[in-house]
Amino acid sequence: MKPPLLSIKGLTKVYPGVVANSEVTFDIGDGEVHALLGENGAGKSTLVKAIYGLITPNEGVMEWRGVPYAPTAPSEARATGVAMVFQHFSLFDAMDVAENVALGMDNPPPIRELAAKITEVSHNYGLPLDPSRMVGDLSAGERQRVEIIRCLLQNPQLLIMDEPTSVLTPQEVEILFRTLRQLRSEGKSILYISHKLEEIRSLCENATVLRLGKVVGRADPREESARSLAEMMVGQSLHTPSRAPAQPGKLLLEVTDLSVTSPSAFGTSLRDVTFAVRAGEVLGIGGVAGNGQDELLGALSGELRTAPDAIRMAGDPVGATGPTARRALGLLCAPEERLGHAAAPDMSLTENALLTGAYREKLVRNGFIGWSKARDFAEKIILRFDVRTPGAHVAARALSGGNLQKFVIGREIMQRPSVLIVNQPTWGVDASAAAAIRQALLDLAQAGAAVVVISQDLDELMEVADNFAALNGGRLSAPRPVQGLTMDQIGLMLGGAEGGETDAAA
Amino acid sequence: MLRLEKRPNPSKFWNYATPVTAVLLTMVAGGILFMLLGKNPFEAIKLIFWDPLFSEQFASYSRPQLLVKAGPLILIAVGLSIGFRAGIWNIGAEGQYIIGALCAAGVALAFYPSESWLVFPLMIVAGAFGGWLWAMIPAILKTRFNTNEILVSLLLVYVAEKLLAAAATGFMRNPDGAGFPGSRNLNQYPAAANHELFANTGLHWGGVAAFIAVLFTYILLQRHILGYHVQLAGQAPRAARFAGVAPARLVVLCLGLSGAFAGLAGMFEVAGPARQITIDFNAGYGFTAIIVAFLGRLHPVGIVLAGLLLALTYIGGELAQFMLNLPAAAIQVFQGMLLFFLLALDVLSNYRIRLGVSPRASEAV
Repeated sequence: MKPPLLSIKGLTKVYPGVVANSEVTFDIGDGEVHALLGENGAGKSTLVKAIYGLITPNEGVMEWRGVPYAPTAPSEARATGVAMVFQHFSLFDAMDVAENVALGMDNPPPIRELAAKITEVSHNYGLPLDPSRMVGDLSAGERQRVEIIRCLLQNPQLLIMDEPTSVLTPQEVEILFRTLRQLRSEGKSILYISHKLEEIRSLCENATVLRLGKVVGRADPREESARSLAEMMVGQSLHTPSRAPAQPGKLLLEVTDLSVTSPSAFGTSLRDVTFAVRAGEVLGIGGVAGNGQDELLGALSGELRTAPDAIRMAGDPVGATGPTARRALGLLCAPEERLGHAAAPDMSLTENALLTGAYREKLVRNGFIGWSKARDFAEKIILRFDVRTPGAHVAARALSGGNLQKFVIGREIMQRPSVLIVNQPTWGVDASAAAAIRQALLDLAQAGAAVVVISQDLDELMEVADNFAALNGGRLSAPRPVQGLTMDQIGLMLGGAEGGETDAAA
Repeated sequence: MLRLEKRPNPSKFWNYATPVTAVLLTMVAGGILFMLLGKNPFEAIKLIFWDPLFSEQFASYSRPQLLVKAGPLILIAVGLSIGFRAGIWNIGAEGQYIIGALCAAGVALAFYPSESWLVFPLMIVAGAFGGWLWAMIPAILKTRFNTNEILVSLLLVYVAEKLLAAAATGFMRNPDGAGFPGSRNLNQYPAAANHELFANTGLHWGGVAAFIAVLFTYILLQRHILGYHVQLAGQAPRAARFAGVAPARLVVLCLGLSGAFAGLAGMFEVAGPARQITIDFNAGYGFTAIIVAFLGRLHPVGIVLAGLLLALTYIGGELAQFMLNLPAAAIQVFQGMLLFFLLALDVLSNYRIRLGVSPRASEAV
């Protein structure tokens, strides 16, 4: 029998104090799309880093077509025929597509030749991309294409993709899947990492499930339900957020013709954003990252100032006030970037609890900090939101993404906001933590708060939101009730076709 | 091959161990330097670190000098440390120190020969105000036009030095001084003099001010929301804006505070040990205080220890110059090495060094 393309046998990787992978064994055959499933911290990244030559395992062997394979550097992995598209792109905004591709290659040909090759590959695989465009002007989906084409130019046998669809619109996901299926039909193999179970079910024929570094299951995703896969991954039955039908209350947050110039050169300025949220309502704002989400959150949190009337809190104009004054009124926010924006990485959880809770939780009196009160507040958050940490004295950066996110969201919810804005609340968060966060948001709305969820994850928005609006190029579509909204309509809204039918009807 | 591996938590041990290790490494490297200059390295190191405090021959003169020199260093350094923690780099304390001294001396000389007890407090206010004012120039330029405070504050040192020279030879020159440069001797002007408080201790009002400043800074940083915001802005500027910190206000606060402290140090110096405004009145305290601030881990208590140590290198350095004929620059190199080793070793607080013989072997360590 022909040996499999890549065979991993008993792979173990130990970091100081933590076993990232323990005796991981699985095979990938030619022309196979293999899913690697697992919660955050299950060891997926460590595993693919070992395959890509970024780290060396402590135990175990890998075989490439029956021959021992032990890459010590990514260049070695690439020479063997392994390519990888990372979750976070490594591209330079101020360079064009061809230059960016050249930077990632071991022996780049002259730029003119390379540009021709890029055009050819992008045409062959149905990934439209102009090699002379500036990367800073590209959408997230187009940026991903740059990374994919960079890989394809090296003609790999095995393509590793880490959470590739998290930044894509449904239409872009379709384009990507067509490309991946085409690659499979050419006999290439794909190792596909994702937490979106529906995608895995439609794309992959084999799945290896990791939990705490160990293989806990193998399955044919096509024969499993998304729920059974999720339970395999989490190791327990999964709780789906539940909610009672919303009773819309009084108008809490009104945003009228909000226009903000982005402070960063490659940011997106907001143009005439208008929406309103009532008590008990969850408004979902979808859209691919980089379409003004950060600017919207900044304008609402008070980091960016606007005309006073552009933002009203229960009728009061707050557009020109700062974050502290808005918090006093009950307008709280949780930004997307956990480390460095929502929390200070090197500060303890107690200090980070003080970051937004100082005045609302009365942790400060006459300017003096009550450290024991701050610690109590941090411990309350840790307890109520099940933040896994040795204690409140631990630095924020030592927490896993999911745990820190629970802390950050919990910190705002514990302060009983009347309006809460969250940006990408479950980005990079494992399934059970994500479910807990969504439930907490729903409970908050149930208790009479107005909640705005900005997210790229459409499944998440469909699950929690009453109304849906899409942010595209700094413009917000008119919000529409989630009930009865089809994926196609959402796709059009995200594409900037401003809810076609309503416009036509008007 | 050496590899650096990021620690999950900053190392507490190395946070305290780096200053000590840096001092030891400086002694070794300094010893080699002195050896290359043809001196006995052990004797030189002993002269710098031991003899000023414990030799029978020199200690009676040197020991009080310790507080005389450490006072201004500590006072300036705690002020700087507040800004450094916020990522606001005031490199021009030397200039603020000079302007503080000029303003204070100006007040004293304007009331000469008054006997009012109000002169001295007024000088304190004038000194702090002068330093504050000089620091406001980089602060306002930064908040208004986004200039770099490092360059502006540094270049203003040279402007201040020109003003100092103009004052010493011109508008503040002693009218009874037979045309020699230099102002009146403030030590002979009882209402303005800053004498030793207790004989042979070296403690004057500047030392008291330094102590109060240390206490003030300690409380500010540990207990006050403003101190928290300062540290937040330094560690995570975006998180600070999210928390509601206005960056411009922080720049004005930090530069103003460090300027005022430096100005105060200048005031106590001109009324005390320096006695008068002279062309070379400034002795580099403003620059050395930068080393003191970092050596003390930007922590008030650490700064007290670091200030005493650097004061020792000043005194010991003079002694070594005098006894061994070492060039004055050698001592500056010595102080510079201290900062160099400290910053280099700082990497150990956040990273650990791994000997990457083979990844597997290194895991076993």
